Amino acid sequence: MSLLVVLDHDRGTWSEANDEAMTAAHTLAADMGVQIDVALVGDGALDLSGQARAAGAAVVHVANHPMLTDFGPEAVGETIVQLIGAASPDAVMAVGTSRGNEILAQIAARMDLPFVANCMSVTPGDGAWSITRIQWGGSLLEDTTLVTDGPKLLTYGHHAVLAEAAPAPGAGIVEEFTPDLDGSLARTIVVDRDVQQAGVTLSTASVVVSGGRGVGSAEGFEQLEELADLLGGRVGCSRAVTNLGWRNHTDQVGQTGTRIAPEIYIATGISGAIQHWVGAMASKRILAINIDAEANMVVKADYAVIADLHKVVPAITAEIKRRKGL
Amino acid sequence: MNILVCVKRVPAPGSKINVTSDGMAVDAAHLGFTTSPHEECALEEAVQITERDGGQVTVLTLGPVEAEEQLRYAASVGAHKIILVPTDGSAWDPQRTASALTEAIQTAEEANNQPFELILFGNESADSGGFQVGVRVAHKLGRPIVNAIKGIDPSDCAVTARREIDAGFEVYNVPTPAVLGVKEGINLPRYPTMKGRLASKKAELTNAEITAKAGGQTLVRLHRPAEQASNTEILGTDESAAVAIVDILEEIGVC
Ligand SMILES: Cc1cc2nc3c(=O)[nH]c(=O)nc-3n(C[C@H](O)[C@H](O)[C@H](O)COP(=O)(O)OP(=O)(O)OC[C@H]3O[C@@H](n4cnc5c(N)ncnc54)[C@H](O)[C@@H]3O)c2cc1C
Repeated sequence: MSLLVVLDHDRGTWSEANDEAMTAAHTLAADMGVQIDVALVGDGALDLSGQARAAGAAVVHVANHPMLTDFGPEAVGETIVQLIGAASPDAVMAVGTSRGNEILAQIAARMDLPFVANCMSVTPGDGAWSITRIQWGGSLLEDTTLVTDGPKLLTYGHHAVLAEAAPAPGAGIVEEFTPDLDGSLARTIVVDRDVQQAGVTLSTASVVVSGGRGVGSAEGFEQLEELADLLGGRVGCSRAVTNLGWRNHTDQVGQTGTRIAPEIYIATGISGAIQHWVGAMASKRILAINIDAEANMVVKADYAVIADLHKVVPAITAEIKRRKGL
Repeated sequence: MNILVCVKRVPAPGSKINVTSDGMAVDAAHLGFTTSPHEECALEEAVQITERDGGQVTVLTLGPVEAEEQLRYAASVGAHKIILVPTDGSAWDPQRTASALTEAIQTAEEANNQPFELILFGNESADSGGFQVGVRVAHKLGRPIVNAIKGIDPSDCAVTARREIDAGFEVYNVPTPAVLGVKEGINLPRYPTMKGRLASKKAELTNAEITAKAGGQTLVRLHRPAEQASNTEILGTDESAAVAIVDILEEIGVC
């Protein structure tokens, strides 16, 4: 009896999402009354067995095959399907990262089983499992039931669980496994990587200065750039701005953009539509600058200034320069 | 290149999402509807590819009869053919949706006497966000699929696809016929022109009645997450608030 957790890594570098996966797994496995086994696939996987053991894994399945050196959703999905055949877990889970959801979808498609993506809480039962999952990128929740004769397949929403240290290490018995992969699965294996921008990104910045339609033009963002630079932060924007062509989509905060979690989010000329808000709500503090005191962004913010952003933003920049003697 | 794009009609809520009293749907009484954003970009990509290299774009949706609105919109921005798989308006689970879409695709391909060289899905739908329909359809069709695609470059017998990862991009070279899950940001979708709007009225709509059995996931109830209480502190109503703002920035150590 086991819960199989599909862990992620980048050529032997443990993914931060694994800590969330194992935290969620401890609760779920306890509720199911089963042990936690993990699956690690590909080059460098064996090096992570110690970490998996420390995180509470009873059995560490390490899958090796020449076709698993680089990521391929079909090859990895097929590998886990074969592992499920050999180990018969009662449930299989991952964290709902881009890869996590894709691998579970591949497993579900291959086994023709239901798959519940981005769960918040899971209550196992004898027949149906009761699950609460994320819709609308987190703006809405769905209570759902999962009924299947096969293993239950699910992911937990990325960042839906706060990672905690394992209550105790597991036995960590390493079992190597070589799947039988058809050569045709090479069709979806990564052929090249284009690694870019090191340094501060929107998702890791400690300050994000964002502009919405209220900024009025692409040029209007220069004021925001200057302030963000002074604070070592990044400029963000709303989807209205992306659609107007004022900024690149890589700057977009929200459901279909980037999720941010800065120390402070300065949202200027942004109304705070729900799809924007879900991308910004993990910010530690929010300062809204808006001419409309009723705007959702203002109502939900920690601090607000009810005024024209074109006056307030340069004033902040000037005040910082004055204090720093610049 | 003949391309099929599968799109979903979704409500366009503003500052909050309300749920109907039975909890089974988003209360759309005062809302407009739109095409789920990732799919809007998938359609734009398909139109750009066929404008460059020739071919046709077909758009397929499974949804209530009102989803004709999104199909007409698709025709107004460049789709050549539109197909509706009508439902009773209830939300279909992912397995059921994938079965019906697969059948509709097979029917369309038989009528065309050839497979679509490329089928595009949105990476996930904006509303239910199941992250699986495209993968299930690709598997049923026996075709390759990769998700999270933000760049497509077709060549003979293959497409080069770029997937966004934390540190940049992964590149895939997928043989056609292929399926890709596309993400917003791959392009900037165009707005319809007057000429496009007129043409869309004349576009012939194919109705594909399909029955498919329910899968193992069943919706019980939708509800809003608990809201964080907020007590907004108003720092001022003009630029003199800059002093208080910089005090805060210093206090939290970012300045
Ligand atoms: C499925 C779906 C997904 C979406 N995903 C996203 C997403 O990822 N990210 C996102 O941002 N949006 C997303 N949206 C769009 C979202 O619903 C809103 O349309 C968008 O966020 C609005 O952008 P905005 O706040 O800049 O514009 P508006 O709503 O037009 O607000 C402009 C604000 O600027 C203020 N203002 C105007 N002039 C000034 C001034 N001089 N000084 C100060 N304030 C001023 C106004 O009072 C107003 O509050 C999505 C929508 C859908 C349907």
